[in-house]
Amino acid sequence: MSEAATAPRELRDSELDGPALSARLARIWGTQRSIVGWLSSVDHKVIGRRYIVTAFLFLFMGGLTAIVMRLQLAQPESKLVGPDTYNQLFTMHGSTMMFLFGVPIGEAMAVYLVPLMVGTRNIAFPRLNAFSYWVYLSGGVFLWISFLLNIGPDVGWFAYVPLSGPEYSPGKRADVWAQMITFTELSGLAVAIEIIVTVLKQRAPGMSLSRIPLFVWALFVNSFIIIFALPAVMVASTFLILDRLIGTQLFNPAEGGDALLFQHLFWFFGHPEVYIIFLPGTAFVSAIIPTFARREIFGYLALVLSLIATGFLSFGLWVHHMFTTGLPQLGAAFFTANSMLIAIPNGLQIFCWIATLWDGRPVWRTPLLFVCGFFFIFVAGGLSGIMLASVPIDTQVHDTYFVVAHFHYVLIGGNVFPLLAAIYYWFPKFTGRMLSERLGAWNFWLAFIGFNVAFFPMHISGLMGMPRRVYTYGPEMGWGDLQLVSTAGALVLFASFLVFVWNVLASLRSGAVAGPNPWGAGTLEWATASPPPPQNFDHIPVVTHREPLWAERGGLPVVTGLSIRHRELVVSSVAEAEPQLRESSPAPSIWPLIAAVTVGATFIGSIFTPYAVLWGAPPIAAALTGWFWPKNTPEDEE
Amino acid sequence: MTTGALALRLLPIALALPLASCNLVQSPLNPVSPQARDLLWLFWLFTAVLAAIWLAVMLALLMSLRARRTFGADPLAVDPRRESRAGILVAGLAVATGLAVLVLTGLSFAGQRRLFADEAAAVTIRALGHQWWWEFQYENADPSQGFNTANEIHVPVGQTVLVKLESTDVIHSFWVPSLMGKVDLIPGRQNTLRFTAERAGVYRGQCAEFCGLQHAKMGMLVVAEDPETFARWREVQSQPRLEPATDEARAGERAFVAAPCSMCHQVRGTRAAGHNGPELTHVGSRRTLAAGTLPMSRGNLAAWIVDPHGIKPGVNMPLVKLDPDELNTIAAYLEGLK
Repeated sequence: MSEAATAPRELRDSELDGPALSARLARIWGTQRSIVGWLSSVDHKVIGRRYIVTAFLFLFMGGLTAIVMRLQLAQPESKLVGPDTYNQLFTMHGSTMMFLFGVPIGEAMAVYLVPLMVGTRNIAFPRLNAFSYWVYLSGGVFLWISFLLNIGPDVGWFAYVPLSGPEYSPGKRADVWAQMITFTELSGLAVAIEIIVTVLKQRAPGMSLSRIPLFVWALFVNSFIIIFALPAVMVASTFLILDRLIGTQLFNPAEGGDALLFQHLFWFFGHPEVYIIFLPGTAFVSAIIPTFARREIFGYLALVLSLIATGFLSFGLWVHHMFTTGLPQLGAAFFTANSMLIAIPNGLQIFCWIATLWDGRPVWRTPLLFVCGFFFIFVAGGLSGIMLASVPIDTQVHDTYFVVAHFHYVLIGGNVFPLLAAIYYWFPKFTGRMLSERLGAWNFWLAFIGFNVAFFPMHISGLMGMPRRVYTYGPEMGWGDLQLVSTAGALVLFASFLVFVWNVLASLRSGAVAGPNPWGAGTLEWATASPPPPQNFDHIPVVTHREPLWAERGGLPVVTGLSIRHRELVVSSVAEAEPQLRESSPAPSIWPLIAAVTVGATFIGSIFTPYAVLWGAPPIAAALTGWFWPKNTPEDEE
Repeated sequence: MTTGALALRLLPIALALPLASCNLVQSPLNPVSPQARDLLWLFWLFTAVLAAIWLAVMLALLMSLRARRTFGADPLAVDPRRESRAGILVAGLAVATGLAVLVLTGLSFAGQRRLFADEAAAVTIRALGHQWWWEFQYENADPSQGFNTANEIHVPVGQTVLVKLESTDVIHSFWVPSLMGKVDLIPGRQNTLRFTAERAGVYRGQCAEFCGLQHAKMGMLVVAEDPETFARWREVQSQPRLEPATDEARAGERAFVAAPCSMCHQVRGTRAAGHNGPELTHVGSRRTLAAGTLPMSRGNLAAWIVDPHGIKPGVNMPLVKLDPDELNTIAAYLEGLK
């Protein structure tokens, strides 16, 4: 540590301490209080907060579309909405939940928490981070404005060709879907790269690989899945746009293309996508359980290896979404075996968590309630997933309400319940105030009961022959009663979110003040104030244990020697996190926003004319030139 | 509806959930072929094993939530003996998971082999998916004995039926759950499925892959009947249309052929020879109209012709202007095409 602190030629943090140091660092790391300052911010906490709030808004919008669909299906032959609106609704629901909520929310929490947990001052590539948020926001707004203008996509969140192709979906609806993918995947890839680099190179000194919090491991593995999975869907959606706009025939069997190719590309992304949504859930659970069981996690190594195994296996399952397409039987059986294999690492995770609780002393607060809800729901969903992995069983339940039930158990159980646990857990860190426990209990029980009442009967609807994506059904089918029950449950589930919003708004104003570590947790984010100051830590901590705050009761050791004239952080080695360099971190800039606007305009324009790429290139080049214009960095002056 | 009334309405439903499945006209829970029975058996086997695993995990979770540490104890202090015991237990459970998965994979594979076995078929039907109806072509070694029909197939009880699945537009999926799992109809490819109905009856099926606006109303019926009845049905279907027997029906036929109807529909034995819409030569013999949407009757025929877009919004059948007399006679004519 001492090599970082040799012979200061400039003002270093070794020369100041206490409030004077805090104030000085807050000034150089802070975001200017003006509109331009706000738009230029590159602080990972500011951007993370925006990401989280935006993702929750999309969750809410996606929930509203679900409520309209549930009301439509509550009765046979309901006339609430027609087929055109209904098809847009379920497309918007799926696309919003998967692309605008499911992927971004995990990354949003990572953007906020990973730098704090690894003990650094900002995320790697902070301007790329700002850019990724603006791109994400433009993609989401673009999709929803199209929907409100009644040109929302109506081909499903999977947009299978030929239905989404030029012949069967004239107009711009399918293009809106395809281009929204480009937006959100671009931003998703950018964040994944930032997380990977932050985790590999910016960990606090001493945080060797075996001391990385499981939360960080999960999001690190997740980022690799994102990097390998998202390009497949971008290729699929770009090919679709090419087929539609300039008449390539990539998916047209009549011209030598192949309709199934789209499905392979889509699900090569689409199945890892499930794990992209679930791994952040495991990250939350792995962070919350030790805190509320009052003991360190059991089976750290097993949990890390499970995460990595899940990451690899997630790429070998995609064909189980295509068991009814008539693939060769032996090939399909291979994917059955692989799909079932992933139960082993997932089972191992569950066993380790339960073993941790077993030897602990549960503290009954809202986060633990939601974690218990997660076990109940996710394990059920995971097990029904084993049924879908079987080719023969799948031929009966595929594309029925059984599958709808299954994946809501997996996704809401595996992502939304842990996420709510996480919000109750980290809200004090984000805002400095506690959420109400009383409202938290209401929130949990309404969500838990509402969820099960809504989705359990769907298993039976599916077994009674109800296919997915139908806007109506005849009374003679006998699905009406079950569907009515599901609708009632969905309304209760929705009410639980209203309680949640109420809790957040009320607690923001008048919640109990939290202090730095209200739960007595062990990881680094609790070592700093709540909410954290712009610089995160006045001194970069030195990590001596996996749960540093539990191991160093008398205060964390720190490294000193970073500049307090400009933004500087510690770069450390990949395996042992030995400090290697002081590296300056980029200052706020408006250029990422301008670049995002030019890129967004080009993307939107290019669904109307291929020339948009031509006309869009100069402004993008200008914005990037501004962004990367060489400035004398402080190191160069030394 | 007040909350109380809603609760009153919901309570019996909740209690009767297991019984609610009495209506199984289109359900894997009502298998009538060896294939569907195999599938249901496998389904319940998996359900039983997996439900037992779920219960065991929930039990372990419940027991784990009992406090075992004293509060205030150092969260990092662990008893190494307990830790290694727990380690062995967790490793054992992981191995058990592996074994369970192995057994289930084996069962699944065995089921798959039986299900997709290449049996010789007594009847071969080519199924063509259209937005949003089913075209069925009964194949025959003697082409003159082959014929087309739509949205309803008849099959002989006890004989294996081979269905060749193709699509003319987008992807559809052929699913008659009482007889067999679903298989997709994909443009540019041909898939097949086989089933053997074991009991006479009428089984409903429905398109199971989202195929556009009227995916919800793309139903079909499979009528399983004893081989003699089937042979008679087949004989009738391969004939041209029945000569209209009444003046009204004769007027209907003239109107039908003169109207735009004949540009899309075929009635063998007349000049109506269109191929864009369902074949109507024996439409009156079918049980439903508009791909399983309406029961067959003269009234429904007229209603469908007058307002196809009210019944199936977005359907490709255009609204054809007919005066009331023409409409009545056409409906009567079609109803008579047994």
